[in-house]
Amino acid sequence: MTDAGVLRMTEGARSNLPPLQLHVPEPKFRPGDAVDYSHLVIPAAGAQARPDEGCAASETHPLCLDLVRVLGDDHRAVGPWDPKLDPETLRRMLRLMALTRAFDDRMYRGQRQGKTSFYMKCTGEEATSIAPAMALASDDMVFPSYRQQGILIARGYPMVDMINQIYSNKADKLKGRQLPIMYSAREASFFSISGNLATQYPQAVGWAMASAIKGDTRIAAAWLGEGSTAEGDFHSAMTFAAVYNAPVVFNVVNNQWAISSFSGFAGAERTTFAARAIGYGIAGLRVDGNDPLAVYAATRWAANRARANGGPTLIEHFTYRAEGHSTSDDPGQYRSQAERTEWPLGDPINRLARHLEALGEWTPEAHAAMDLELAEQVKAAAKAAEGNGVLGHGLHHPFRTLFEDVFEELPWHLKEQSEQAIRERRIKWPEWKED
Amino acid sequence: MSETFSMKKLNMIEAINDALDVMMARDANIVVMGEDVGYFGGVFRATAGLQKKYGRTRVFDTPISECGIIGVAVGMGAYGLRPVPEIQFADYIYPGLDQLVSEAARLRYRSAGEYTAPITVRSPFGGGIFGGQTHSQSPEALFTHVAGLKTVIPSTPHDAKGLLIAAIEDNDPVIFFEPKRIYNGPFNGYYDKPVEPWSRHKDGAVPEGYYRIPLGKARVVREGEAMTVLAYGTMVHVAEAVLADKGVDAEIIDLRTLVPLDIETIEASVKKTGKCLIVHEATRTGGFGAELSALVQEHCFYHLEAPIERVTGFDTPYPHSLEWAYFPGPVRIGEAVDRLLKA
Repeated sequence: MTDAGVLRMTEGARSNLPPLQLHVPEPKFRPGDAVDYSHLVIPAAGAQARPDEGCAASETHPLCLDLVRVLGDDHRAVGPWDPKLDPETLRRMLRLMALTRAFDDRMYRGQRQGKTSFYMKCTGEEATSIAPAMALASDDMVFPSYRQQGILIARGYPMVDMINQIYSNKADKLKGRQLPIMYSAREASFFSISGNLATQYPQAVGWAMASAIKGDTRIAAAWLGEGSTAEGDFHSAMTFAAVYNAPVVFNVVNNQWAISSFSGFAGAERTTFAARAIGYGIAGLRVDGNDPLAVYAATRWAANRARANGGPTLIEHFTYRAEGHSTSDDPGQYRSQAERTEWPLGDPINRLARHLEALGEWTPEAHAAMDLELAEQVKAAAKAAEGNGVLGHGLHHPFRTLFEDVFEELPWHLKEQSEQAIRERRIKWPEWKED
Repeated sequence: MSETFSMKKLNMIEAINDALDVMMARDANIVVMGEDVGYFGGVFRATAGLQKKYGRTRVFDTPISECGIIGVAVGMGAYGLRPVPEIQFADYIYPGLDQLVSEAARLRYRSAGEYTAPITVRSPFGGGIFGGQTHSQSPEALFTHVAGLKTVIPSTPHDAKGLLIAAIEDNDPVIFFEPKRIYNGPFNGYYDKPVEPWSRHKDGAVPEGYYRIPLGKARVVREGEAMTVLAYGTMVHVAEAVLADKGVDAEIIDLRTLVPLDIETIEASVKKTGKCLIVHEATRTGGFGAELSALVQEHCFYHLEAPIERVTGFDTPYPHSLEWAYFPGPVRIGEAVDRLLKA
């Protein structure tokens, strides 16, 4: 008899009840499975109401269970959320997304070639960084997670500096201290990426509160993945933002997968992630994350609201992580490859390109030429960065930097340890001289 | 200092309140926040009157979320403010640990100085008030273990004010643990006798206005030859009373800052006396006394005439009814002193 059976027999008074059952979520599709997305409710583009930016938070709550969409199947922009961007701006948006993808492709290959230890692509999710970066003011402070390289690209941060960081080389502004892609770029109002999940959320609220305390006009925006909404920090941030009406835009990039755990392990079987806003009484929007115009419009709505003292907004970007979590991941081990090809919301770059074509403002030939040009641009930046070294092949930062910046000033115990490290170096390489 | 400053008698709570007041008046970027710190002025009254004086956007209550309090403080620091959050009891600090350990402590390093966390986390700590396991802990060793954090513990009103001002002005994150048993008077471990109030104690005289006590500098409470006693917080007073009762000519050092540690003062004293007693209230295994013992051994081994003694709390949760059996009081300290004297 099993232990559970023994236990049940001792509970005679309740033995007429069926045994309790633990529910462990399981994704609909596993490797090799055919994929059927008919369970997803995809409303028609343009069908969602757009409340006034100054509305009561509760007026947005139906949108937390809906899906704001602008680009329809006919590639036209429709409905009240159409941001009505001019063709030049649309082409810029397209170019930035394509540049992000070209950058990802090159850096992924760089990792495979041994130039660095690690990389993370954002393929399929480009709209969730590029469109918000374009909708925010350039000096609004962003607190990204690890898949928002598009923000730096949209803000014109030098690509060579991004690659220097990825290669941890001698020109890396972070002195080779951080895992590749954990950028920090104060000049781009881009906060240092942690790598610990969701910690940036309360920090964004604190920055926004400080901006309000000082009577500033700048707001904060934060990003995380749907899996990280399970962290306590997410809920602390929601509470503080609601309590102090902080001028902050929360982005939840729901790309369906947290490494190998599907969104059900963050609660997606019960409700949407945007619906978290309902419980906190703040504004919430659920957006087609592969529709760059919808993402732009939602961000602009939330940013205008925050800047007018209307408080925080939580935006769920419903999208799909088209590639692995990182270069250390093989999604073929846990999910069906058909998920990507069957994804009903398409690809953000294709959708915007088709939209521009429908407007008569773009052609496949122009697109192909752009892709070639962007690949060359990234290649040139990568070559320039490689001149500063790649991971593990010399040209590192000066040795003493290992001990700098732990504190503003070097205390005695770190001085001692620094001397030891230099001694070790001299024992191993007697000819070595400190840079 | 008494030559240049006019002095006033303050208990430790009043001294901390005074430090906050002085600094908030000097620097508009300082904000004070925490559970019950606003209108009410804190459960220990450390922030009393500050909201009325500086307004609700500089002194405010927070949700009951230590993760949120410290995370928000990190973000405010990134903006350019200088937040002084209060964690109501050190025992409550653990939900905020990730924000301290992974964020505040590492921000300067990971961003190569682009962002810093100039925050001072104040928190009452230590037992002796019948607080049970959730209002009595001394978790300082968890923080001294973390690269990038400074840990400060005052033992007098005078030091509390000067150290808190220095902590607030410091550009690195500081954990400022306030020994709540000595908020009102220098409790000396004789729990069955009344505590002398700070108003009758020499270190209850606090200079008015701005002054700072540099972080990383210990205080020689009493010079002596028989042995060196290393202590901080409440245990400074307990050790002082026990050694006075026993008539031992000990050199008592109040560390004041655990990280960065004043190793020079420690080393000079132990080399002079040849014996070392370490006293803290926190649990023994992996406590800060272990680090002190290792450092004394590394720096003073050939001058030592006896094994280093550690007197600490026991490795149990802090009990309620058996509080005084747990507390490293006069009997436990006295026994260690006797062993050192006989050695």
